[in-house]
Amino acid sequence: MENLAQLLEQGKQAVAQADNVRLLDEVRVQYLGKKGELTQLLKGLGKLSAEERPAAGAKINEAKEALQEALDARKAHLEADALSAKLASEKIDVTLPGRKTDLGGMHPVTRTLERIEAFFGSIGYSVAEGPEVEDDYHNFEALNIPAHHPARAMHDTFYFDAHTLLRTHTSPVQVRTMEEKQPPIRIICPGRVYRCDYDQTHSPMFHQVEGLLIDKNVSFADLKGTLEEFLREFFEEDVKVRFRPSYFPFTEPSIEVDIDRGDGKWLEVLGCGMVHPKVFEYSGIDPEVYTGFAFGMGVERLAMLRYGVNDLRLFFENDLRFLGQFR
Amino acid sequence: MKFSEQWLREWVKPALSTQALADQLSLAGLEVDEVSDVAGHFEGVVVAEIISATQHPDADKLQVCQVSDGSETFQVVCGAANARAGLKTAFARVGAVLPGDFNIKKAKLRGVESMGMLCAEDELGISDDHGGIMELAADAPVGLDLREFLNLNDSLIDVDLTPNRGDCLSISGLAREVGVLNQVAVTSVQVADVAPVCADTFSVKLEAPHACPRYVGRVIRNINPGATTPLWMQEKLRRSGIRSIDPVVDVTNYVLLELGQPMHAFDLNKLSEGIVVRMANAGETLVLLDETEVTLNDDTLLITDAKGPLAMAGIMGGDASGVTDETRDIFLESAFFSPLSIVGRARNYGLHTDSSHRFERGVDWQLQRKAIERATALLLDIVGGEPGPVTEAFSEVDLPKVPVVILRESRVNSMLAMEMPQATVEDILSRLGMTLNRRNDQAWDVTVPSWRFDITLEVDLIEEIARVYGYDNLPVRTPIAQLPLPPIAERQVTLNRIRRHLMSRDYQEAITYSFIEAGLSAQFDPDTQPLALANPISAEMAVMRTSLWPGLVKAVSYNQNRQQARIRLFETGQRFLPQPNGGLLQQNTIAGVITGNRDAEGWVAAKDKIDFFDIKGDVESLLALGGCPEEFSFAAAEHPALHPGQSAQILRAGEVVGYLGALHPLLLKKLDLNGPVYLFELQQDAVTLGHLPRYSALSKYPEMRRDLSLIVDEQIEFDTIRRTVINQAGDALKKVTLFDLYQGQGIEAGRKSLALGLTWQHPSRTLTDEEINNSVKAVVAALTNVCGASLRE
Repeated sequence: MENLAQLLEQGKQAVAQADNVRLLDEVRVQYLGKKGELTQLLKGLGKLSAEERPAAGAKINEAKEALQEALDARKAHLEADALSAKLASEKIDVTLPGRKTDLGGMHPVTRTLERIEAFFGSIGYSVAEGPEVEDDYHNFEALNIPAHHPARAMHDTFYFDAHTLLRTHTSPVQVRTMEEKQPPIRIICPGRVYRCDYDQTHSPMFHQVEGLLIDKNVSFADLKGTLEEFLREFFEEDVKVRFRPSYFPFTEPSIEVDIDRGDGKWLEVLGCGMVHPKVFEYSGIDPEVYTGFAFGMGVERLAMLRYGVNDLRLFFENDLRFLGQFR
Repeated sequence: MKFSEQWLREWVKPALSTQALADQLSLAGLEVDEVSDVAGHFEGVVVAEIISATQHPDADKLQVCQVSDGSETFQVVCGAANARAGLKTAFARVGAVLPGDFNIKKAKLRGVESMGMLCAEDELGISDDHGGIMELAADAPVGLDLREFLNLNDSLIDVDLTPNRGDCLSISGLAREVGVLNQVAVTSVQVADVAPVCADTFSVKLEAPHACPRYVGRVIRNINPGATTPLWMQEKLRRSGIRSIDPVVDVTNYVLLELGQPMHAFDLNKLSEGIVVRMANAGETLVLLDETEVTLNDDTLLITDAKGPLAMAGIMGGDASGVTDETRDIFLESAFFSPLSIVGRARNYGLHTDSSHRFERGVDWQLQRKAIERATALLLDIVGGEPGPVTEAFSEVDLPKVPVVILRESRVNSMLAMEMPQATVEDILSRLGMTLNRRNDQAWDVTVPSWRFDITLEVDLIEEIARVYGYDNLPVRTPIAQLPLPPIAERQVTLNRIRRHLMSRDYQEAITYSFIEAGLSAQFDPDTQPLALANPISAEMAVMRTSLWPGLVKAVSYNQNRQQARIRLFETGQRFLPQPNGGLLQQNTIAGVITGNRDAEGWVAAKDKIDFFDIKGDVESLLALGGCPEEFSFAAAEHPALHPGQSAQILRAGEVVGYLGALHPLLLKKLDLNGPVYLFELQQDAVTLGHLPRYSALSKYPEMRRDLSLIVDEQIEFDTIRRTVINQAGDALKKVTLFDLYQGQGIEAGRKSLALGLTWQHPSRTLTDEEINNSVKAVVAALTNVCGASLRE
């Protein structure tokens, strides 16, 4: 029994020297295995007297526990080291670009259209659509622009034959809507429109959003309120808004709206007016009962002002370097 | 209409600066396009007389002039050929400043001293004329400041009038408007009847009184053919963009600008018998003042005499009957032609004149006598002569009626959302020339003046009130409306969702023109005759697209030409499909195009080029948006624009809803594109119409899976194999997956190896091995029979 302490000390040293888990297990077998040196000591207890046996047994067990503790601690330490080493070896360059699908983009005209639709959609306007190849009746006649009206010269119309044309505005959609339902009506009509004109500030195809609100007691004040609010929200700026008398055969009074974004220059951004009683009559709505307003805005024009684009033609060249700027 | 501000201020004198006046006009609906100076900024330029002009000793093209400004004589070297003794011209003395801050200094030209400069019009910013130094009238007072002499401290105001405001196409009309806006008096020109000196008249017969209900005429004999138009009149005309021609024509143009009445002067001795105003007979011809010969339509109103057409009424006079510098006797015309008989006619002949512009919009139908008296008085001042009496042919029933419009206070107030005071309404409308009579205690009867063709309805009067009151002074409010819930169709996939989906798959949205080149259209869709524009802007934009592909492919080409190799575009929009019955289907369509590498360049990116299955995957993902991808199928099908071995129809419930595939190599070559290029095109409604999810009970029982490895002939389509499996594997089959496809070493040439995973699950019990084994046997047997498949060992 004298060598118990010595044996424990030797064991502890062996544990401390084991520098991997396999060696450590060999140490465990050497001391604590079935035939291990400390285990053997227990077997030698038989030689002791009955009085000495319990105390001696307790001492040996104490030594065994102490060595087991040392083994566990060493093992935990070795495992932690191994993990650290593994983690260190697995270090990557996190600044490398990720594995991804690039994100495409929306055309700035669509982006602007969606924004306009969102504003009016949120106050109960629904989107109405119609044909781009239109008839003369819906594009002109039902909007109080009879044949030979001087206002037709303002439209530069593309024709297919005497009665068929490319719509010059999205107002025919209003007519088609009014033909189908009675007020209250709250719609916007986005879409492509066409005019026979091509230079830096005119495109033969562009986009327009036409709006129409018809109800009882709709006034000029409602029109002003709606458009002033829209323009401020659209630009997210406190733009100055000016209402200027103009002339469209399908509205009376007719108005052009100018804005000043703080540089003292008035820019025309849209046309509007109170729906002309004759337009109501064409579509079977009683102008004595209902009044309404209509407005029309050029989407490219608004997009140019909003995003600082200076050439209308860029919108239809589809240059990826241009389109990519609107992601 | 462009006019001299000073001329306007002779009529009406608002206390406003030029700019303020222009702003006021714009805000009253008479939009001012431009305000410009009549001349450039210069000072120190006077009227001077050339005393003598001699050849420069050392320069062929220069003359040495002695120039008098009335008090002194100066030596000036001048290069203008028209410099000559006795000429009155514009003289910039030493110390003068010309436009562009150009200072005139003492100079030596080829050794000869020059004390100033003789000026051409362009050097003073008066016009673009550089044809020589200015030639001033012989009676021009020497020494007078040129600005003062030519009245150059004036601005040009150009108003872009809307078609409803024909009444403002004259100084008189504009002055009336300015008077109303500023509540100031308007000094109209005094027109007195000119007493006839001779008794000569010329007969006028109205054969188309609906088109010409009034024709006022007058003969003037023995005018002085040598007279010249006074400077003040020339200048006023010039400032409205009208060139001085001869005194008679100048006077008619002057009255047109001043009062708004287009007039015409005939050489009386070139007329025979009498004037007849009638519609043209189709095919008649007339040589116009501009010397072009036109063949007339029968919708055109003519002024004729016994020999035939003299003038296109209200549009342009004829060459043969016009005044010349030999004319002694004239016949003046001041007529009213109804707008409907003039409108559109000029344009049909490719013409647009100051006269047609006014008659189309409406000329005051009570103005004709006043205008002819005014013209007579001016002519007597300038060319003299002996006027005859004024004659007037008219048809009372065909003249416009004076409209009386009922105006209700309640309507004014509800339309403008304010209580407009009665006095304000009456003030505004009466200053505009209307007569108001109280109809009852709630309404007026408003009589509209003869110059306002745009006012026939109550709402027209409300517009006038609002306009003069000021749109910006009217109240503002947010509309009040009912709030019904909008319908939201849950089955519907929105276009916005579709766009975002394609964007998230790295597609960039494009917008291409709806009209394309006919030849390009034929290359993509040779079997369809596209709808063609009658007046295309160019050959590149001539026919309506029957597919979105040509536009997208052109966009690919545009970008490839700008060093872009990887291009992925989509577009949504209408295509225009002529139908066999003669109709036109305008179909909302979604299309896409891809080319270049599968992945954008990157360190982990695959470097391989895209293939058919890239675009098919995109399309399949799009079709899955509606939640019912099983309704769609793909079948090999040829398309004229696509590679015959790499193209497919897209079907929904058996109906073709689109195509996809590789752009045909021949087209690639023709369009000079780098390939391959893959395309898809789908009817929009096939994608947007989805389904409503419907719950079915979840099975508690385990799934069973068996894998099959088959070898089949390479011509056997996967879809045939898949359908055979589904038909034979029993109702409990849940899924068939193709998890490997192989051709090459180890597989006989002409055959391919497929690995399929089959998964079964029964809703209400556990399937036995025996059942599954039987299903597999049935599947293998059918694959062997139908597809000639063998199991791979």
